[in-house]
Amino acid sequence: MPNPKRRHSKARTGRRRAHDFLTPHSLSECPNCHEKKMPHRACPKCGHYKGREVLDTEKAS
Amino acid sequence: MRHLKATWKLGRNTSHRRALLRNLVSSLILEERIETTVAKAKAMRPHVEKMITFGKRGDVAARRLAASFLTSREAVDRLFGEVGPRYGDRNGGYLRIVRTGFRKGDGGEKAFIELIGSEKILDERREKRAEVRAKRREEIEKSMQEQQANLEASGGPAAGEGENKSE
Repeated sequence: MPNPKRRHSKARTGRRRAHDFLTPHSLSECPNCHEKKMPHRACPKCGHYKGREVLDTEKAS
Repeated sequence: MRHLKATWKLGRNTSHRRALLRNLVSSLILEERIETTVAKAKAMRPHVEKMITFGKRGDVAARRLAASFLTSREAVDRLFGEVGPRYGDRNGGYLRIVRTGFRKGDGGEKAFIELIGSEKILDERREKRAEVRAKRREEIEKSMQEQQANLEASGGPAAGEGENKSE
């Protein structure tokens, strides 16, 4: 079986992982309630999308 | 050969997938709008459009073809009576898919799919639902007030303590 010839230093591991990260979602502003929302999706706050209320946002108590 | 004919498989075998799509399409024709995942909404879109094309044709042969796919007679009736005639001047694009967010359990992306032109019906339905909800809330509040009144009237010290705390 092939095996690694040399041990990796911690620095090498760290350098490799320097580019491993998540990027935050780019958010757009809801034109109705001006909250941040995900683009191309109905606004979870006010339930509007493209100038029309499309979702029930009022929560049942 | 099936080259380049790929569609959504939805993690199901052929019969399961076909049953699912028939159910989805029939429900959508009956309800005007259904909530599902984005993948299922996209997978069902061509099937719904084909059904609506049948509905526009309106002859007996089209009716039988539609009935062989849809799951209920009511859906067929609605397709040929209400849904099909609505789109006389439109060539395809009968549906709207709007993404609504992510499901809590597994993070699946949810969307609703609706027939274009159903806005009025859906808004009316929503208003009706809101009315029912308001009525129910009123009743609950009333019954809670009554309960509190009963407590204050019957239970002397316990009710009194509660009152002091709230004040």
